[in-house]
Amino acid sequence: MNQVLNFITSKQEIIYTVILMIFVGIEIIEKVPSVLHTPLMSGANAIHGVVIIGAIIVMGKAEQDNYLALALGFIAVLLGTLNVVGGFVVTDRMLEMFKKKK
Amino acid sequence: MNQHLLTICYLIGSITFILGLKMLSNPASARKGNLLAAGGMSIAIFGTIFLFSYDENGTTHYLGNYIWIFAALIIGAIVGTLAAKKVQMTAMPEMVSLFNGMGGACAALISIVEFNHLSKELDATPPAEIIQKIQEVQPTVLIIVLGLIIGSVSFAGSMIAWGKLNGKVKDFSFTGQNILNMVVLAAALGLAVYMIFNPQQHMLLYAILGLSLFYGIFFVMPIGGADMPVVISLLNSFTGVAAACGGFLYDNKVMLTGGILVGAAGTLLTILMCKAMNRSLKNVLIGSFGGNKKGVAGVAGAQGEHKEISLSDAAMVMSYANKVLIVPGYGLAVAQAQHTCHELEKILTEKGVEVKYAIHPVAGRMPGHMNVLLAEADVSYDILMEMEQANDEFPTTDVVLILGANDVVNPAAKSDPASPIYGMPILDVEQAKTVIVNKRSMKPGYAGIENDLFFRPKTSMLFGDAKKVLQDLCTEIKNA
Repeated sequence: MNQVLNFITSKQEIIYTVILMIFVGIEIIEKVPSVLHTPLMSGANAIHGVVIIGAIIVMGKAEQDNYLALALGFIAVLLGTLNVVGGFVVTDRMLEMFKKKK
Repeated sequence: MNQHLLTICYLIGSITFILGLKMLSNPASARKGNLLAAGGMSIAIFGTIFLFSYDENGTTHYLGNYIWIFAALIIGAIVGTLAAKKVQMTAMPEMVSLFNGMGGACAALISIVEFNHLSKELDATPPAEIIQKIQEVQPTVLIIVLGLIIGSVSFAGSMIAWGKLNGKVKDFSFTGQNILNMVVLAAALGLAVYMIFNPQQHMLLYAILGLSLFYGIFFVMPIGGADMPVVISLLNSFTGVAAACGGFLYDNKVMLTGGILVGAAGTLLTILMCKAMNRSLKNVLIGSFGGNKKGVAGVAGAQGEHKEISLSDAAMVMSYANKVLIVPGYGLAVAQAQHTCHELEKILTEKGVEVKYAIHPVAGRMPGHMNVLLAEADVSYDILMEMEQANDEFPTTDVVLILGANDVVNPAAKSDPASPIYGMPILDVEQAKTVIVNKRSMKPGYAGIENDLFFRPKTSMLFGDAKKVLQDLCTEIKNA
């Protein structure tokens, strides 16, 4: 029990961030028209590509002789980049088509 | 100094994500929002590469292995851009699913590497201090395992969703599948809990990975293709949470905010999509649309005879109409017929016919799919009508031309409580004087149910590939 309480106190900043972000996330897309559901999903998909930062840290920390970490880190950075770059480009392509007729 | 710069980079990243997502929910600012978020992402990525430092054994280290990092970044960027640029508009949904899977896999890999790192530390700890050490690392193990489970479910699920949308994977379900899924998930979670208390058992991590992948596959398998957008949106929010786990792990604010933001917004978006179909999320996930219920509705609907119309008759009816409403569906997308459709619209307009489009919110494979497709073909924004608007117009319409849409015009949604799509709002095409349906065959739509509309006296069928039929219609009308 003590351990749990300690954990909450030591991580309170993160816990606050999480809770506030949940509300922000819900608030900002509440009024989205159904036309934009697909681009919005695609844009959100690109944003969760931030996970690549974790991959970069893993990769950058890996020791030169730890081939497993190097290989897995390399794949992780590669996949993360695909997620980020592909996600933003696809979203832009979808939205480009909306723009022409605005 | 570098530390502070990095903090500012991350702050900029978080703010652009929030603003970007906000702007993405408004048609006028959407494109700028996307670019803004992309800019923030670049700042956060390059900030991490050059400014990130960590303390180990009392000294400050910067990240190494630049060659590897940049090699991966460059390859990923080139492949990602090419894939995203080359993909057909119709294949957008599966592309999103694929990229989502990549993010999930990335999160799972991070967990694996971090866990290996941690288990080395544990192995090096002298037995006297091991209990103390285990207590210390418990929260970290929790986050790592959570990231692994969510990331790999998202990866496996997205791959199946991708395969389903491009037709490589068929629907597959068996009795008791839901129970098996629950058992597998419970086993994965049970092992995860055991692992938190016994982090020295390295190999368990791979068992959890296997179970999670298995769960991801069999969780998406039975869900019908028509519901894939909802599933992708849900998996999208999963990956967001997996990314947030990484943020927890490294105490990294931009990963945390970005991940949670997508997790929350994605969940809401999933619910909004379900609402557009007037179904609950639970119904989508467990109901396995069109699977086991097919028999019941199929028998009730397979009655009467349908009537066919010839091309020249259809052309005639349309060119002498006052008002024509076009109802596009997935068939239009598959046939890549959006440009030909616009062509037909122009020819009819020149003849003095009023032409408009009636767009059901879930027509096609994703909400907004049809709008994107028609926008690509240069169809003007102001003749695209949303469902409510269109339903007001049908009574004054002479001809409704349905192009490869099925479930969104199925009257069973209004009249037959036994139908799996009962309660879904539909386009009330029967209010119009004549209905012409273009389909490839009499096969039921994605929901796997018969459509009574096709047997109604007002309805005539015009079989064939949408593009071919539209081209022929154009020629016929021009020559008439």
